[in-house]
Amino acid sequence: MIRSITQQKPEEELDQLLDGLGRIFVIGCGTCTTLTRTGGAPEVAKMAQRLSEKGKIITGHVVAPVACDNLTRDALAEYGDQMDQADVLLIMTCAFGVQNIARQLKKLVAPALDTLFMGQETSAGEFNESCTQCGTCILGETGGICPVTSCHKGLVNGPCGGTNNGKCEIDNNKECAWTLIYDRLKDLNRLDAMRKLQKPRNHQGELSPGKFKL
Amino acid sequence: MVSPFKKALNSGKFVITSEVAPPKGTNLDKMAHHIDLLKDKVDAMNVTDHQSSVMRFPSLGGALLVKEMGGEPILQMTCRDRNRMALEADLLFASQRGIDNVLCLTGDAVMFGDHKDAKGVFDLDSSQLVAAIRRLEKGEDLGGNKVDGNISFCAGAIVTPEANPLEPQLIKFEKKIDAGAEFIQTQAVYDLDNFKGFMDYARQFPVKVLAGIILLTSAPMARFMNKNVAGVNVPQALIDEMASAPKGHALTKGIEIAGRMVKRVREEKMCDGVHIMAIGKEELVPEIMAAAGLG
Repeated sequence: MIRSITQQKPEEELDQLLDGLGRIFVIGCGTCTTLTRTGGAPEVAKMAQRLSEKGKIITGHVVAPVACDNLTRDALAEYGDQMDQADVLLIMTCAFGVQNIARQLKKLVAPALDTLFMGQETSAGEFNESCTQCGTCILGETGGICPVTSCHKGLVNGPCGGTNNGKCEIDNNKECAWTLIYDRLKDLNRLDAMRKLQKPRNHQGELSPGKFKL
Repeated sequence: MVSPFKKALNSGKFVITSEVAPPKGTNLDKMAHHIDLLKDKVDAMNVTDHQSSVMRFPSLGGALLVKEMGGEPILQMTCRDRNRMALEADLLFASQRGIDNVLCLTGDAVMFGDHKDAKGVFDLDSSQLVAAIRRLEKGEDLGGNKVDGNISFCAGAIVTPEANPLEPQLIKFEKKIDAGAEFIQTQAVYDLDNFKGFMDYARQFPVKVLAGIILLTSAPMARFMNKNVAGVNVPQALIDEMASAPKGHALTKGIEIAGRMVKRVREEKMCDGVHIMAIGKEELVPEIMAAAGLG
């Protein structure tokens, strides 16, 4: 399952964001941010309490079932009055949810979270970024492990000099993608794929911003 | 025209390169002093490119200064700060101004430096940069367009012989050579028996190898490198030797050790030369050479 991985903004930044906005309605999400404990019912309640203690008036709070869904406006219809009373909707969902709510409700929104990456749950409670949707997939040549995403520098021709006992130089909690790829290709007896000099990547696979129409 | 550095590499002599680091700012006095001190002693000097991701006077400008002062520069180019267009453009400029040697590097991650919020580019990697140089020499840029004028570089890259795991590093080393690297300067090596093992493998390739020698300045500095610098392994015996130096004499001991290593590399003909990195103490390179019985 793919999840949108978020973390709460620093309190100082939140306070700045809400400066001059006295009446606030807080919205969480029942899917990703509930799972990552950044915008589920307990976090929404805690946020409402914290803001209340800071002198804000909380006109209400709710956890939307799926904030990025097209039906979110309908799902939140019963909170219409409470939302109308608010100066701003403080949204504890990923940025997809924030934008969806802003588009559907046409209210001033403030994100309470930063959206970090699209994560895949690789073990209970652990999420890893495995695809950046670059538009030019090379997984067929790297044993099904994406170096564009999993290597900090997005290198496609093997490890840099910062590879360190199978870990990345930037964080020893992060794997060196090229150690993983090497191990995988070796197991598959396909190291020849790693020996091929890859051309510079096409960074314009899908011209940003992406658009798709059926 | 064949660069003096390339001539030295192909002459069969024991080649010595060192480094000069452009400053933070426009005061080039210290760098000029180092260039002056080293230009007649070493075969070429690398001009570092925002090393450790710290913004400085550019390597291209530093390489020009070396050239103007009568030295032989090796332009270090990392892929961290420029996309392929900017790298190619800088190569055109370098070539036009007679900077004929280039060392191609991936570059450290941005987060290690002093502009931690900056975007790391990494549009190309080090092996692709070598390939880009060879393509420019054939009169074509990476967009497939014709490039006017003669271009010829002595292009090199690096390898980390102590990397763990080693084989992925060696695969990349071979790709750099396939892409057209003529010389390799290694990450610091301290265990020369290990290095000999690496050279037994590396010798099969058509590439000149210069062993990386980093001056140890103290026992804590050696321990720091072991802990924090990927692919650097200072053996305990050397750390103990550094620690055994009388107070205030650690640097003298470091010079002695570096000199001894250079001497051994040379006497045992382990590889084609050495690349001496004194990391901010470039004025000590002549002393290291003297300790090695050179110059």
